[in-house]
Amino acid sequence: MQYMDLDAVQSRMTKRIFFNRLSKMLFLASAFFGLIVLAVLLYDVVSDSIGWLSIDFLTSLLSTNPDIAGIRGAILGTVWLMVIVGPVTMILGVCTAIYLEEYARPSKFTTFIQTNISNLAGVPSIVFGLLGLTVFVRLFGLGSIVLAGGLTMSLLVLPIVVVASQESIRAVPAHLREASFGMGATKWQTIKNVVLPVALPGIFTGMILAISRAIGETAPLVAIGIPALIIPAPSGIFDRFTALPMQIYYWTIDSVMVQEYAYLAAATIVVLLLILFTLNSIAILIRNKFDRRY
Amino acid sequence: MSYSANVKDMIETNRKNSKLAKFEKMIPFLLFLAASISVLTTLGILVTLLFETVLFFQNVSFREFFLQSEMRPLNPTNPQFSILPLLGATLLSTGIAMFVAVPVGLTTAVYLSEYATDKVRRILKPLVEVLAGIPTIVYGFFAFTFVTPFLREFIPALDRTNILSPGIVMGIMIIPIVASLSEDAMSSVPNSIREGAMALGATKFEVAFRVVIPAAISGIIASFVLGISRAIGETMIVTIASGSNKNLTFDVTQSMQTMTAYIVEVTSGDAGAGTTAYYSLYAVAMTLFVFTLAMNMFARYMTKRFREVY
Repeated sequence: MQYMDLDAVQSRMTKRIFFNRLSKMLFLASAFFGLIVLAVLLYDVVSDSIGWLSIDFLTSLLSTNPDIAGIRGAILGTVWLMVIVGPVTMILGVCTAIYLEEYARPSKFTTFIQTNISNLAGVPSIVFGLLGLTVFVRLFGLGSIVLAGGLTMSLLVLPIVVVASQESIRAVPAHLREASFGMGATKWQTIKNVVLPVALPGIFTGMILAISRAIGETAPLVAIGIPALIIPAPSGIFDRFTALPMQIYYWTIDSVMVQEYAYLAAATIVVLLLILFTLNSIAILIRNKFDRRY
Repeated sequence: MSYSANVKDMIETNRKNSKLAKFEKMIPFLLFLAASISVLTTLGILVTLLFETVLFFQNVSFREFFLQSEMRPLNPTNPQFSILPLLGATLLSTGIAMFVAVPVGLTTAVYLSEYATDKVRRILKPLVEVLAGIPTIVYGFFAFTFVTPFLREFIPALDRTNILSPGIVMGIMIIPIVASLSEDAMSSVPNSIREGAMALGATKFEVAFRVVIPAAISGIIASFVLGISRAIGETMIVTIASGSNKNLTFDVTQSMQTMTAYIVEVTSGDAGAGTTAYYSLYAVAMTLFVFTLAMNMFARYMTKRFREVY
């Protein structure tokens, strides 16, 4: 006695298996789609920059003449910006993380701070730029100087450092803390001498991620009013400045008028991407080298 | 004798510790100050936006802002302030972006979580995530100098600045957000459920779409919502590649200005502090802030509330 039509089952099964194979290939193609676009993007940028990227380009100052224009000022601007962003986010971020992980008692207010931090991470960067414009540039009267840009950027990337530091402090095993308390160390001594050293690689990784975000971020700088003028290279945190992404922005939109500006923008992008690539490689190296299990 | 010396040491240490004890009490307070900076930042954003938005609505009515369709902030004789053209452009570019990011991101996530071997996943996932690490200004350059000219080969009517090309590029930028978060959600579906379906004769495709995706749906939707929120707040790509025409239209080949691009135009333009055009900046930013905040909170609510616990 036959309960099912074997031919029908067989043909349906062939279809299902074929469909499964097909979808596997389609999905693999889709996974590679992003990578292909990435490759095209890199090829486009690098091929545009060839012939324009040189030592002279890195060391000479800005100019309206594309043949002699360089990004020395923009590089210095970015460096000075990071001189602010690095320490400010490091101190505020790590302190916030220690407070939330080690000192704060579970309460409504602690939950509020925590929720607030993850909400801040989702606020568009242009809104941070407006905050910087209103508070640092106008209210404090700083003007569009490195300090104002750096503080704005610091607030923007602070959640990244806080979350990374929190995770890495949380991952410090309890027995290390208990051993330290057992030896008679106070809470702060334990944090300073035991918890932080163990958590440091994770904190550094978070810092590098934050710095790379800040280096590439453009919108806040546009909002605080970095002008498209030729500004002398900054030599301190109170100078007016331009930065690498700002230079890319202005050269890109001005390429409608002068075609060569597009190549200058591409060359600047290559420099920016190389910096980001180096930073992220360092982050991966740190993670691999110090990723100890306790 | 060394015994007494140790006691002496201990007493000395204790004396030092009394100074240390005061310091110890200070510490939580200092740390709390640092932690409150983040709360202050939120407050700062809210206060500045609210304050100037209120000033804006003293000059411009709600009706004009939300119901009319003309945006001419710098028109000397008859300035008009309506957010609709900006909102329309934002939603349109976000729609295009999600049209690219959702299918590609979701199928990438299915491949990574259901089909790929461990080794392939460990290489492929970080590579896809590289896309999220490229600064948006670079995507802006790419959209303007490569994607738009490329698309014009096929769509001759495409303007030099248009909403289509930045929309697509934004979608590519969002792929890793959707893929990575969806993959996390799918990977946390326990294998026993997959094995149950496979034992019943389901193919991998059927397992993925009838079992795993329904089980991970809250995380997947959260990833879409976060992607949308990212697209709404994205600034540089649209500023560079979609121009500054304040059109209320659905024609994607035209130049349009999103809310974020408007903020850039006004802050870098000539609108002096105190003019209505200047205040309109904050009203637009407030709308943007409310939109993205609502999206982010919804995404977190989805992941928390509807997380299936196995």
